[in-house]
Amino acid sequence: MANNYTKGIAGIWEEEHLILKAARKTREAGFTKFEAISAYPIHGMEEACGIKRSWIPYVTFVAGCVGLLAGLALTYWTSAVDWAVNVGGKPFFSLPAFIPIMFELTILFAALCSVGALFYACKIPRIDPPSIDPDLSSHKFAIFIPHNDIGYDETKIERMFKDLGATEVKKTEY
Amino acid sequence: MMKRSPLVLGNKTLKDVTDDICAPVERFPSKGWVGMFLGAKTLLLFYIAILASVVGVGIGLLGVNSPVFWGTMIVTFVFWIGIGHAGTLISAVLFLFRQKWRTSVARTAEAMTVFAVMTAGLFPLLHTGRPWLDYWLFPYPNQRGPLWVNFRSPLLWDVFAVSTYATVSMVFWYIGLVPDFATIKDRAKNKLRRTVYGALSLGWRGTAKNWSHYEMVYLILAGLSTPLVLSVHTIVSFDFAVSNLPGWHTTIFPPYFVAGAIFSGFAMVVTLMTLVRIGFPEFKNYVTLDHMEVMNKIIMTTGMLVGYAYASEFFIAWYSGNQYERFVFVNRAFGPYGWSYWVMVSCNVLIPQLFWFKSMRRSIPVMFVVSIFVNIGMWFERFVITVTSLHRDFLPSSWGMYAWSWFDTGVLVGSFGMFLTLFLLYLRLFPAVSIAEVKPVLHVGYDEKGGHH
Repeated sequence: MANNYTKGIAGIWEEEHLILKAARKTREAGFTKFEAISAYPIHGMEEACGIKRSWIPYVTFVAGCVGLLAGLALTYWTSAVDWAVNVGGKPFFSLPAFIPIMFELTILFAALCSVGALFYACKIPRIDPPSIDPDLSSHKFAIFIPHNDIGYDETKIERMFKDLGATEVKKTEY
Repeated sequence: MMKRSPLVLGNKTLKDVTDDICAPVERFPSKGWVGMFLGAKTLLLFYIAILASVVGVGIGLLGVNSPVFWGTMIVTFVFWIGIGHAGTLISAVLFLFRQKWRTSVARTAEAMTVFAVMTAGLFPLLHTGRPWLDYWLFPYPNQRGPLWVNFRSPLLWDVFAVSTYATVSMVFWYIGLVPDFATIKDRAKNKLRRTVYGALSLGWRGTAKNWSHYEMVYLILAGLSTPLVLSVHTIVSFDFAVSNLPGWHTTIFPPYFVAGAIFSGFAMVVTLMTLVRIGFPEFKNYVTLDHMEVMNKIIMTTGMLVGYAYASEFFIAWYSGNQYERFVFVNRAFGPYGWSYWVMVSCNVLIPQLFWFKSMRRSIPVMFVVSIFVNIGMWFERFVITVTSLHRDFLPSSWGMYAWSWFDTGVLVGSFGMFLTLFLLYLRLFPAVSIAEVKPVLHVGYDEKGGHH
């Protein structure tokens, strides 16, 4: 797994508004592959980093439709085709009675597939990914620029990070 | 402008939040916790023994018999499923409504949901009497010719509703926990903790791209859970309403069951939160009196909703002109099980009226006692619905009483052992307040200098 990670340089900040500003400046400096790391979602960070809206809702919609049709297919095929039993004179294809099943399967498929899509989008689960600083999951913030990003120059980046108020700059793998 | 009271007290910094919430997970358990855990575990062992006897000897040990074929197992099933609802409502519905106060209580409420649904799920399975054949409930390709389950039966809708609800609420809860597990992993002092919490955190890294997808999925799950939670108790009510027994066959059942579920669920959240505040005093800054007060207001509102439902049921029983329906309701209030009806009305309708007074809404001892009464009342509501309709139906020749045995008591009491054991383990092993969700709302109610508005 280790070859998934790239070398690069990371700056660490201790305040939310500084990391937001730093992310904006890093983007303005022309970097495209950088990552902003925080312990909680920061309001405005997506715009600062230029992140597009998540594509996961499309997965949810399609999965929900598939779930609905799966529910319909299951109830129809089992109750009206494969084993058509007369229950109290009700029609074999008793659509109103099948709606609860269709509804539940819609929700189930949509929810599980959305979570599956989240795993895919975030590339999780991962075994022991490298950590820049253990405090990043508590109260510090970081920006990581990988070595293969356009215009990568360690001394320049280090100076930029320091100018933006970084408390620490580290050469690291992420 | 209206002043907002702070959601988190004590001018906490980001690091304080992490330290406070991780503390119960990282330190040695207190005597209080160990005492409660041993008590709950003993009750759980008793429960296992009772269930083993019921499964081993047969459900004849319980009081179910002609004409009351649905007894403690079903009553307690509906009760526990209802308890679960507040978790999803606090978590999902309040999230959709952008109610920031939910962040402090959502995690524990969701945990309560998961454990309540686990506790509830056992009952219909055991109620069948032959739980080793319960896989027959699921539609699976089999070798006995084209033999399928009956999708026209509300009992089968229940199987789908409850199992979907259990799955989705567990996933919702776990997804919320992932970033917090990463926090605990990063703070771990030994290899075992690091490995276990590392595995649970799935290698979460918290990059802005990750958070962007994560927040979207959280919103989607909240949006999906909201209709789901309403559908589950609606479908549970169909188990009754789709029959044609007087007292069950009413269209008010779906909304009435959902309101009752929210009512009992919030009562259980209040019961548990008062205990959490006593057991872990550092949480008093996160689960504040304001939080408790809001939940008490919801208890009062939903209490009046169920009170309204009781009244409309009576009105419709009279107004429908159906003599069987009318008899069942008179019998409910004044028949041999009239006492259970009045226990229900006192606990659910009268006692929560105390919350009209602000001092009562904000008093921990009062709300603890009221929430216990509400839980008792809601169990009796299910008892009243199930048993009073069954014990006297159309023909006096088929009337009878429910032969409650002490095994029934054992099943009911023991189920609390299972629920509390799971809940206490959760409090020790998982971060009981969402660390990643509380941090963004830290500043609500404070001005820029850190003081109150």
